[in-house]
Amino acid sequence: MDELIRYAPDLARGFAVNMQLALASAVLSLILGTVLVAMRVSPTPVLRAAGAAYVNIVRNTPLTLLLAFCALGLSDKMGLVFSQNPSTNGFLLVTMGLSLYTATFVCEALRAGINTVPFGQAEAARAIGLTFSQSLRLIILPQAFRAVIAPLGSVMIAMIKNTTVAVAAGYLADVAFAMKDTFDKTGVSIPIFIGIALAFMAVVLPIGLFTGWLSRKLAVAR
Amino acid sequence: MTENGDAIPLVRLEAVNKHFGDLHVLRDIDLTVDRGEVLVVIGPSGGGKSTLCRTINRLETIDSGTIYFEGRPLPAEGAALARLRSEVGMVFQSFNLFAHKTILENVTLGPTKVLRKPRQEAEKRAMELLERVGIASQAQKYPAQLSGGQQQRTAIARALAMNPKMILFDEPTSALDPEMVQEVLDVMIGLARDGMTMVVVTHEMGFARRAAHRVVFMADGQIVEQNTPDEFFTNARTDRAKDFLSKILTH
Repeated sequence: MDELIRYAPDLARGFAVNMQLALASAVLSLILGTVLVAMRVSPTPVLRAAGAAYVNIVRNTPLTLLLAFCALGLSDKMGLVFSQNPSTNGFLLVTMGLSLYTATFVCEALRAGINTVPFGQAEAARAIGLTFSQSLRLIILPQAFRAVIAPLGSVMIAMIKNTTVAVAAGYLADVAFAMKDTFDKTGVSIPIFIGIALAFMAVVLPIGLFTGWLSRKLAVAR
Repeated sequence: MTENGDAIPLVRLEAVNKHFGDLHVLRDIDLTVDRGEVLVVIGPSGGGKSTLCRTINRLETIDSGTIYFEGRPLPAEGAALARLRSEVGMVFQSFNLFAHKTILENVTLGPTKVLRKPRQEAEKRAMELLERVGIASQAQKYPAQLSGGQQQRTAIARALAMNPKMILFDEPTSALDPEMVQEVLDVMIGLARDGMTMVVVTHEMGFARRAAHRVVFMADGQIVEQNTPDEFFTNARTDRAKDFLSKILTH
């Protein structure tokens, strides 16, 4: 217990990094996921194929591999550098990898949502003269989002926990690294394990409850 | 009316064919709809009535033949097709009101997003239209909170808000409880009296008698017979039409 209290500031700094990664990845993955689903349902075959290929490749790649690829492949080998500051660059590379990965799950959740929207909604939208992108933006996606708020919450929860594999990208600042670093000094500590797990639960549980509540509140009555 | 507006029919179908797989749903359809005309399409189920109606705003594509709107072939896709659809209203059997939008928003969406009208102007006009169809007091509700008849009247207001050159009605009362059919038909009769060009697929023979200028009888993908309502209902020429009428007009 003493070591948990003693190293709490270090661990908390690490945990704050996880939360920053999660926040940035949430925003980016929701945007990219929406773009991907628009591609997957578009009338243009090339866009549909590109969207499907992206989702199937990235979703089926292990996240650790993807993060390692971002850091070692894209950054070290191919010269993709966001910032000269290694810490900032690491943060952005992890955010990129995590967002690219999570966006595929956002896309598939939204696609399931689109399937809950009756076909007549799209027909009515077309019949008043809305273009494809207008009917997607104004009619289809708003209803699809409401239908999948709870599953999107689950995607976000998985993403928050996935921030702990940031080490795979050589980014040594998150709470999982801080934990290992602490164990190197103190030996393995059960209270530290439990403390970190509780910290994640404190963030994730409310998200689950909130998205469940929100999905009931915003449900589209038919 | 524009220069030669009277000479060219608003809609003309020329040798239109359409298949659903092996099923030949439209066979060599030739048909014109004049401005201000109320055309009622009747016939047995599966005869191609709805498909015919839906080809006019290209919700259904056709396999061969040509459909002209104001003398020009229907655009195949893109912005030109969207523009055409904004000029041709459509009322569906299952209403298809936008479920996540209020009644008022359903009616203002097209005018603000397609016609780019200012919101205030669109809302003022929408309230007038909702008043006209008798549901102004429901403007802030969502579609699921309204009865079928009220939803269908909203759908008519939504179509009217675009100032369409014609309105297509695809079995507008078929999904309604019997006590709500008349309130929708009354609105449609009002539109017909005001000179709206209408193509109405329906089983409501009373509406056909009261409001139609011409009745088109379709069966097996073909136009079997067309005539004025009086002539058609009292003096059908073809056996197919006589047989159909004998089945529905016996009571």
